[in-house]
Amino acid sequence: MDKQTPSSRWHLFHFAAPSTFYPLAGKAIPWFTGLAALLALIGLWLGMAVAPGDAQQGEGYRIIFLHVPTSWMAMFIYIVMAFWSVIHIVWKTRLSALMAQALAPTGAWMALMSLVTGALWGKPMWGTWWVWDARLTSMLLLFFLYLGFIALTRSIDDPERSDQAGSILALVGVFNVPVIYFSVYWWNTLHQGASVSTKGSSMAAMMLLAMLLMSLAAWMYSIATCLRRVRLLILQRESTNRWVQELPEIANTIKAE
Amino acid sequence: MGLVRFFCSIVARDLLLSWRQRGDVLVGLMFFALVATLFPLAVGPEPAGLLRIGPGVLWVAALLANLLALPRLFHGDWQDGSLELLLLTPFPSGVMVAGKMMAHWLSTSIPLALAAPLLGIQYGLPSEQWLMLLASLLVGTPIITTLGGVGAALTLGLRQGEVLLALLVLPLLAPVLIFGSGAVAAVAAGQSGMAELSLLAALACAAIFLAPWLAAQALRLAIE
Repeated sequence: MDKQTPSSRWHLFHFAAPSTFYPLAGKAIPWFTGLAALLALIGLWLGMAVAPGDAQQGEGYRIIFLHVPTSWMAMFIYIVMAFWSVIHIVWKTRLSALMAQALAPTGAWMALMSLVTGALWGKPMWGTWWVWDARLTSMLLLFFLYLGFIALTRSIDDPERSDQAGSILALVGVFNVPVIYFSVYWWNTLHQGASVSTKGSSMAAMMLLAMLLMSLAAWMYSIATCLRRVRLLILQRESTNRWVQELPEIANTIKAE
Repeated sequence: MGLVRFFCSIVARDLLLSWRQRGDVLVGLMFFALVATLFPLAVGPEPAGLLRIGPGVLWVAALLANLLALPRLFHGDWQDGSLELLLLTPFPSGVMVAGKMMAHWLSTSIPLALAAPLLGIQYGLPSEQWLMLLASLLVGTPIITTLGGVGAALTLGLRQGEVLLALLVLPLLAPVLIFGSGAVAAVAAGQSGMAELSLLAALACAAIFLAPWLAAQALRLAIE
């Protein structure tokens, strides 16, 4: 951060203002949505049609192309959320708190998708919807952490306090997530001995490629939804400001009424 | 007044306040005993089964009883306005919050921890197990008080604040539960349980170091 030249520094904070970030996000959304759709199409085609069936698990393994990307995103989004929260605590930029709040529902959605696809996968492969395996349990707790963050920020009416409280909670959470992960991991190994490994032993190159493409698609999708949501949050917060009322999409609806 | 004397005066003040409200502590203890009583009714009174689930059940019950008391940590001072004055003192607000947490731990968690061996004997735990239960509660409850204190400060004065507090804090406290009941289970399995206890102590150190500062930040928000 401190090595930046003055001009790029100005650039960084230039887009920290909601009024300049709003149109930028608007321009970026179609690109990320398009990329997500394109990558998902190629990834699904490779995964569903081209990649061979698994030696042990047959065709059922193909849910991996949804399961692994959503699991990765669920964990990654929490770290990004904490990153924006730290920025918010240090520089008091309102936009970063909004970014964290826009990310949380997508993170919760990814965690839920990971749990659901995991259950759908587990039933035919392990014969059960759910086991108290370390990975499953820590993902469930991560899902609750997202829900807690959303519930806290939504139940505080004062925007300033809501932003700050969310940032503090995300900060506490990001210290705790590794602790939770390892504690659940040790707890499991302590009590149940060796359990089923959640990963196949080796992977064909085509499978790996499809999975990476799907992960990139999930990433682009998350960015697009997050930007869309942050635009809504900006409109909500700044609805009384002049620049919002002068936006073509807002001005037209006001006129229509 | 030095920092240490300020800290001690906060602890003394809050201990005196909780002594005047000693019924609250009894309510927590009764809740603890009631939860522990419900389990044999629900899962059956066979001694072998109770011995197996005892450490886990007692740890969960103690965790919930501690959680029940957490909203009290700042609520009274917040309602009568003294919290605002305490934050205005020239001393670092983290020290004030640490003092309040210390007093809360002494007045709430210590009685719960001391009551646990009694319930442990009712579950048929042998002496080395209920001793480890007591030790793990003594080491683990500071984490509940400090981390939970951050949650209590964040939810101070909110609608549904108590329920929200549980939602925020319980996932974060999963490691405390795992290592706490794990220490007792390790003793039951013939090991020393010191590994779990050490991990619990490490977590406690980290929580005591960081949480008062974060809770103080959250309190400033609640007051503005």
